[in-house]
Amino acid sequence: MPEFLLLALLGGIGVALVAGPLGSFVVWRRMAYFGDTLAHSALLGIAVGVLFDINFNLAVVSCCVILALILVSLQRQRLVATDTLLGIMAHSSLSLGLVAVALLDDVRVDLMEYLFGDLLAITPTDLLWIYAGGGVVMLLIWKLWNPLLAVTINEELAQVEGVPVARIRLALMLLIGVVIAIAMKVVGILLITSLLIIPAASARRLASSPEQMAVIASLLGVVAVILGLSASMQFDTPAGPSVVVAALAQFLLLYSLPLRSAA
Amino acid sequence: MSPANLVEITALNISFGSNSVIDNVSMTLKPGEITTLIGPNGAGKTTLVKAVLGLLSPTSGTIRRASTLRIGYMPQKLHIDTTFPLTVERFLKTAAFASIEDRCLALQAVRAEHLLKQSVHSLSGGEMQRVLLARALLRKPELLVLDEPAQGVDINGQTELYRLIASIRDKYNCAVLMISHDLHLVMAATDQVICLNHHICCSGHPEQVSADPSYIELFGIPGAENLALYSHHHNHQHNNHGDILPLSEEPENDHSHCGGHH
Repeated sequence: MPEFLLLALLGGIGVALVAGPLGSFVVWRRMAYFGDTLAHSALLGIAVGVLFDINFNLAVVSCCVILALILVSLQRQRLVATDTLLGIMAHSSLSLGLVAVALLDDVRVDLMEYLFGDLLAITPTDLLWIYAGGGVVMLLIWKLWNPLLAVTINEELAQVEGVPVARIRLALMLLIGVVIAIAMKVVGILLITSLLIIPAASARRLASSPEQMAVIASLLGVVAVILGLSASMQFDTPAGPSVVVAALAQFLLLYSLPLRSAA
Repeated sequence: MSPANLVEITALNISFGSNSVIDNVSMTLKPGEITTLIGPNGAGKTTLVKAVLGLLSPTSGTIRRASTLRIGYMPQKLHIDTTFPLTVERFLKTAAFASIEDRCLALQAVRAEHLLKQSVHSLSGGEMQRVLLARALLRKPELLVLDEPAQGVDINGQTELYRLIASIRDKYNCAVLMISHDLHLVMAATDQVICLNHHICCSGHPEQVSADPSYIELFGIPGAENLALYSHHHNHQHNNHGDILPLSEEPENDHSHCGGHH
């Protein structure tokens, strides 16, 4: 196996593993659009990273976190409905990012690479980021699993029972920010949310407990990466979108099979 | 505060923007007592309960809780997304502080042991309320706070549920603060009734309250209310609301009744 393919495979698998549990929360808490908004702002993070010469991953994570905080505070003011707010933030941060990147005329930033991912160009350094960042995210999800579930079930009940709800919510946003930063290289800004939600939604068909859903989502994600990459090699299609198409095929297959309904 | 009280509320005001929801409310919750909050929709019952729970902070006034007070809370409605695979057992387990024995005892106390392995999405309204009640019992509460425990439960189930709540009070020796729409159903099991319409209109023993002119003005005479509730129980929040609308159009009238109680 050529080295670039091995790197792509390992990178994709790393992202798919961590996207499983986190994507499950995105599905349960109906945060798909929220994740999309954060992902769109990642390009702004890249521009900031280039401008101030900061590590791209750090810049993207900070940008996602800042945007998440702004979102939460704007949501509290109830100026406009949340979905409108998310729509405004998603598209304006993407546009701001595109404009900012265009203004940085001394640096060439390959837009396509960030928008749709460049799985086949993953470097060993990228891989290190994916596994280090992904490892930290996994560890935190493991540690916070029960409070995260409690907050997902009912925030007020959790608060009365002594769960620090505000901190847990913030932690979840942070985790999503980190995953977006590390997944960007694999599927790109525009397709990241699909890697979070499609395997999780497929896993719902087979799972009868939250733990099962998280694990099955990870496994389905890994299979989608392998299938997508093979297809990409075979038919010379772009790697990131091929992975998403493979995930979609799993989803359609699982929902068309006559399975007994799980819990 | 007096050590004999679990919660003492003094001159509580809560407003959202310019909208005053709780207006000069004072009340106490004593150990082992069942207190029922009644009042029309939008009267601030849930707001008051959330303030007692510490989920909302007062605009003015004070809420004092006994220093180590353990509260069990049953929210009005628990919406769990159907994408969330969850059995009753796993739901109770997310209350990490409880042991296996606690969970079994709590489910037995609400007579819902048979639901342990079921998905929460397959429960009926009454079953879900029992499971929520069991969850609230997991903390071995000194105060049980129930926000409309009978919501979505049919009329026979309601009587049974209120009987269950009274038996839980005796078993766990806890105080209960609950919101209810139907005084006649909770009457037998209530020590103190507080009729709330932003301010306290009247309070006292159930018999006393149901004869109070301000109660009758809000809810009609007890017999007539029974009929109305029985004939359209499920989506009558709007009907109920409609019933009290004339009142809010004549605020002077409303206040002349309540004036004497402040």
